[in-house]
Amino acid sequence: MDFTFSDDQLEFTDTVAKFLRKEVTPTLIRSLWETEDGRSPELAAKLAELGLPALSVPEALGGLGLGDVDWLPLAREFGYSALPDALLDTAWLAAGALAEDTGNPVCAELLTAIAAGEARIAVGHPANPLVEDAHRADRLLLLHDDGLHLVPASEVRLEARGSLDPSRRLFAVGWQPRAETRLTADPRVAARLFDRGALAVAAQLVGLSQRILDLSTQYTGERQQFGKAIGTFQAVKHRLADVAVLVEFAKPVLERAAYALANGDPLAPVFVSHARVAAGDAAAAAARNGIQVHGAIGYTWELDLQIFMKRIWALDGAWGPRRFHKARVSDFVVDRAGGLDPGDLFAAAS
Amino acid sequence: MRLHFTEAQRAFRAEVRAWLEANVPAEPLEDFDTEAGFTQHRLWERTLSDGGWGMVTWPKAYGGRGCDLIEWLIFEEEYWRAGAPARVNQNGLFLLGPTLMEYGTEEQKRRFLPAMASGEEVWAQGWSEPGAGSDMAAIRCTAVRDGDHYVINGQKTWSTRARWADWLFGLFRSDPASSRHRGLTFLLVPLRSPGVTVRPIRQLNGLPGFAEIFFDDVRVPVDNRLADEGAGWQVAMATAGFERGLMLRSPARFQQTARRLVQLYNERRAEADMDPAIRDAVVRAWMGAEAYTLSTYATASRLIKGGHIGAEASLTKVFWSELDQRMHETAMAILGAEAELLPDGGGDESRSWLEGFLFAQAGPIYAGTNEIQRNIIAERLLGMPRA
Ligand SMILES: Cc1cc2nc3c(=O)[nH]c(=O)nc-3n(C[C@H](O)[C@H](O)[C@H](O)COP(=O)(O)OP(=O)(O)OC[C@H]3O[C@@H](n4cnc5c(N)ncnc54)[C@H](O)[C@@H]3O)c2cc1C
Repeated sequence: MDFTFSDDQLEFTDTVAKFLRKEVTPTLIRSLWETEDGRSPELAAKLAELGLPALSVPEALGGLGLGDVDWLPLAREFGYSALPDALLDTAWLAAGALAEDTGNPVCAELLTAIAAGEARIAVGHPANPLVEDAHRADRLLLLHDDGLHLVPASEVRLEARGSLDPSRRLFAVGWQPRAETRLTADPRVAARLFDRGALAVAAQLVGLSQRILDLSTQYTGERQQFGKAIGTFQAVKHRLADVAVLVEFAKPVLERAAYALANGDPLAPVFVSHARVAAGDAAAAAARNGIQVHGAIGYTWELDLQIFMKRIWALDGAWGPRRFHKARVSDFVVDRAGGLDPGDLFAAAS
Repeated sequence: MRLHFTEAQRAFRAEVRAWLEANVPAEPLEDFDTEAGFTQHRLWERTLSDGGWGMVTWPKAYGGRGCDLIEWLIFEEEYWRAGAPARVNQNGLFLLGPTLMEYGTEEQKRRFLPAMASGEEVWAQGWSEPGAGSDMAAIRCTAVRDGDHYVINGQKTWSTRARWADWLFGLFRSDPASSRHRGLTFLLVPLRSPGVTVRPIRQLNGLPGFAEIFFDDVRVPVDNRLADEGAGWQVAMATAGFERGLMLRSPARFQQTARRLVQLYNERRAEADMDPAIRDAVVRAWMGAEAYTLSTYATASRLIKGGHIGAEASLTKVFWSELDQRMHETAMAILGAEAELLPDGGGDESRSWLEGFLFAQAGPIYAGTNEIQRNIIAERLLGMPRA
């Protein structure tokens, strides 16, 4: 048993975090809101230079051969910075699915391109009626009744839909499944894709919650009312302390889920759902209490707080809303009486 | 105790309902925080007041209908049920109006109330300042007496609808040597006066729903003062009582939200029932809206018998704002992945769950934050020691 990240994992996360804090500023995010396609090719190129797209690609195909556990702290940082790019869809979700069948030349070729930062893949799943960043994708990984399809961008019709979060570029995708586009009929691949999507959301929600905590502790330390910093009032302190408690107890739940997913644990779906609910609860509280301790300024467009609150509110419905994930946990625990023995904590993988 | 509507009250309800059915625009208006929407809403106020419905509780002489508070609640219920446009002049009608009724001179009432009821003059509220939010007694914006005028200098902020409003009612420091609650005066200021600069502030939805206002030697006649010089704080506390309770946020609004929530739940029951907490929250929403309504009828009955609203308005404010937040969170939970989608062709908070969700975040902040309300409840109603 070793419930810690390795030095390599921590160092890489630190490098990425430093990069994001320097490059992905609220100013950049706001300037991209005003652009037609909402994305920065320069930023995408720099993220590729850091090696991020190569992370889930097997070493034999030019990648780093890493996986879900490595992604977790990185995705948290993506949330912390409210990264305006669906890089996780290409590099974690799609690459993760493609890496399951490297014997397939289509997968191998595409993985090589992903590792080189030369391919972008949008991911569509019935849990999400719309597909993020479909306008920037070379291929789309789309789930149909008969399996997972890999569809060239030239074969889809896109219709943009506005999100509460101006950084999110969402599209209704019209397409026809063909025998040639089908990648796999194996429902387990699609199921793992879904769980990865949900875990990626959970990780970002935790990072976003942390960002709101940081912004709020800073602001309440500076803003004065009644002759003192508002952070000296217990009511203000307690609101933020409550969020800190929720965030702290979401983190290990996410880590178990990532580990289970990476190791093909049959209970991974349950653990992921637990993570998604815990992260969603923490993030909802972070947004609610974050705006409250800011007062009226928190309700403005000008204040950067809105960037992070809106990402939370938008992501809270993505890859299965909390109600769906809670149902998966309750089905396991209550209906199947699972997870009731202390030895079950880490399930079959241990 | 006699808990049923009288024959006359039922007839009144039927009359309101019939009029609204015949007059409420079939197409929703644009958001009143857009220029076009503001104009549309102002015109709607005109239509309302031509029908005699501008502000039903006021005497007829001031553009009202002479109704009592029970009839006001009935009117509001029908108004929300009919999906009628939001009241663009709500700060005037619901906050300044009752304050004028209590503190205004006969001349002031005749000058201001009819034009308010008809939407001809739309009002903004000017209390908050950059340094005076929760700590409203820290107001610094000055109004210095100069003959038969006050000369205003300083800044107000977060003033709702000030972007296109005509007038502002506000609290100003008339005695520069004073501090805290003393030396404040309640003034009525035309926003088109020389020296006034209004800078719009965009809210979470991107629209300029409030504004900051700069005063540079703005001259206001002494006749525009409400109550005595230096009595502003006391007047403002009366206004706050209306803001926190039955005027600005009458229960009808929340009953309507609860009804819409029940409907949303029923339409999407298969998804919603994945989480039994959602059904529970829907039921609690209805019970909460019902409780707020009952409490307001009780308050109205007490006021009709000569009672006053005091610190208990703080209980009301906490109750409706947190109820509203929970109801909208529940709606978002039901909507799931669709919750984040911007409404096609706009839609204000009474139609779009997303707009309503955003606005519900402001509820525990405006009209005095809920932390401040809880302090008031604990200290003034429960008699707990002051911090
Ligand atoms: C949508 C909206 C519309 C508004 N419209 C108007 C308007 O038309 N006119 C107008 O004058 N104002 C308006 N306001 C401003 C509103 O009155 C203030 O936001 C409110 O009084 C709080 O002040 P603040 O924003 O400066 O927050 P602050 O006072 O800075 O408070 C920040 C946080 O600190 C907490 N806090 C402060 N003091 C204490 C304490 N003693 N104990 C515990 N906690 C404390 C608060 O509860 C809050 O959580 C509006 C605000 C909003 C959001």
